[in-house]
Amino acid sequence: MDAVAIISIFVLAVFVGFEVVSKVSSTLHTPLMSGANAIHGVILVGAIIVADHSETSLELGLSVAAIVLATINMVGGFVVTDRMLEMFKGKSGKSAAKSSGGDK
Amino acid sequence: MNRTVYDLIGLSAGVMFILALKGLSHPRTARRGNLIGALGAIVATVAVFFYTTNGELPLNNLGWILGAIAFGVVVGVPAARRVQMTAMPQLVALFNGVGGGAAALVAIVEYLKLGEKATTAEVIATVFTVLIGCTSFSGSIVTFLKLQELMTTRPVVFPGGRFVIAATLAGTLVSAGWVVNSLGTTPLLVLAALSLLFGVLFVLPVGGADVPIVISLLNAFTGLTVAAGGYVLDATLLIIAGTLVGASGTILTRLMAEAMGRSLFGTLFGAFTAKPQDSAGAAETRPVKSGTPDDVAILLNYARRVVIVPGFGLAVAQAQHTVRELADLLTAKGIDVAYGIHPVAGRMPGHMNVLLAEANVPYEQLSEMDEVNPTFPQTDVALIIGANDVVNPAAKTTPGCPIYGMPILDVAQAGNVIFLKRSMRPGFAGIENELLFDSKTTLLFGDAKASLTKVVSALKAL
Repeated sequence: MDAVAIISIFVLAVFVGFEVVSKVSSTLHTPLMSGANAIHGVILVGAIIVADHSETSLELGLSVAAIVLATINMVGGFVVTDRMLEMFKGKSGKSAAKSSGGDK
Repeated sequence: MNRTVYDLIGLSAGVMFILALKGLSHPRTARRGNLIGALGAIVATVAVFFYTTNGELPLNNLGWILGAIAFGVVVGVPAARRVQMTAMPQLVALFNGVGGGAAALVAIVEYLKLGEKATTAEVIATVFTVLIGCTSFSGSIVTFLKLQELMTTRPVVFPGGRFVIAATLAGTLVSAGWVVNSLGTTPLLVLAALSLLFGVLFVLPVGGADVPIVISLLNAFTGLTVAAGGYVLDATLLIIAGTLVGASGTILTRLMAEAMGRSLFGTLFGAFTAKPQDSAGAAETRPVKSGTPDDVAILLNYARRVVIVPGFGLAVAQAQHTVRELADLLTAKGIDVAYGIHPVAGRMPGHMNVLLAEANVPYEQLSEMDEVNPTFPQTDVALIIGANDVVNPAAKTTPGCPIYGMPILDVAQAGNVIFLKRSMRPGFAGIENELLFDSKTTLLFGDAKASLTKVVSALKAL
């Protein structure tokens, strides 16, 4: 892909990244960080690509290690974020605050 | 599948990641946002099995790939499901570190593969990925050790430390230039080793209370390495996802630092510029007023308004449920009860909200710092359970101390102050709290849960 296209994607993604999280209450800082952390686990895709390319056993060994680490990052990250957010269930936000009396 | 279809699937995964971050920024949509992100990751991962540049399917080494994924799932999922919520920050740090390590490994393999064919731009992207990926990996391991209290939580500063760090950084950059010039394997390994060392040195001087900010920063770093890795591999999705995390992580780091009243620069380099602190040992000989559970129960019983300030000690003792019982008992006696939640109570911003939500504490009783601070002069008793740094007046009065400038809960304005503490040990930031020696302060030593249970039964007996 040509350099200009890549730079365009990069710059636009920077602004989208800035924009989507610019207003977030401190309550959600931890889950948001954890969720973003899980998203960069998508390096798993890269690890699979290099494992496919691997010819020597050194390359394959390093790729397999990368796949294991990336999978832990991605899968573990989404699961732990979900666990955190599950506890906020029905207790966050204005509408939820009203109804949380009967919530158990 | 052809390249166009593959790229369009990649684009849809990228859009899902944007929606995920957007959802995670609002309480009501947070959980759905996370699930959308997970869906995007699954779509991206499945798609890669059906596309190769040379069109040959299935992928080479398929058994190894599937086995490695299965192994990663078997390690990652139980760790994420079983971890105590109190230990969650260090798990996030660890997940971030392994992600950075994975990105560095991917870049190294692709570099070995490309060899002489690599373009200068690809080599530079590889160098960037290895440098930042290794820094993020080793730095995250150190933050994990600090949060797990396997090592000291105080800033680690040794003589000439800043020169060692500067020299390591310079060595890292020189070896980066070496890689770009000579394209050898040895320079790349030197670069990786120096980057790992730099990651350790970079995090060591950071005080325990500031560690969350560093995790967030390393998280943003890892995002950027994924983007650079995506460039080397010509994978658009990785560029999008990595850049998104890098950018949003940078903003989040700044927001966190603001919530803690710290500048990012002060967090990272504060230990080098801070004045030497008064020795904590001298202060500990001063007398404190230590009370019994009955004293505490009486103070609470005759109060009209009580503000409970929960800290990490409450979480460690798993006393969320007992404190709720106490609050219910006081409410039944017609006493106005509120929880004053500091933005960084616990070990990370928002951590305490997660922990109290786990114990079903009614959401409307949780007051944020800005809400609760003006009410302290009308509060009869401030009950501080296992918290220290977030109520330490030194943040206002002692310039140069590690938490100076951090907004605190003004519990000193309340009529009486009760600390439930395990010991006179200073808080996570490692500094003495003058409020402990104040005449209106009562201390009740012991495990938070045991102490609270005794207070509850004393209160019932009254």
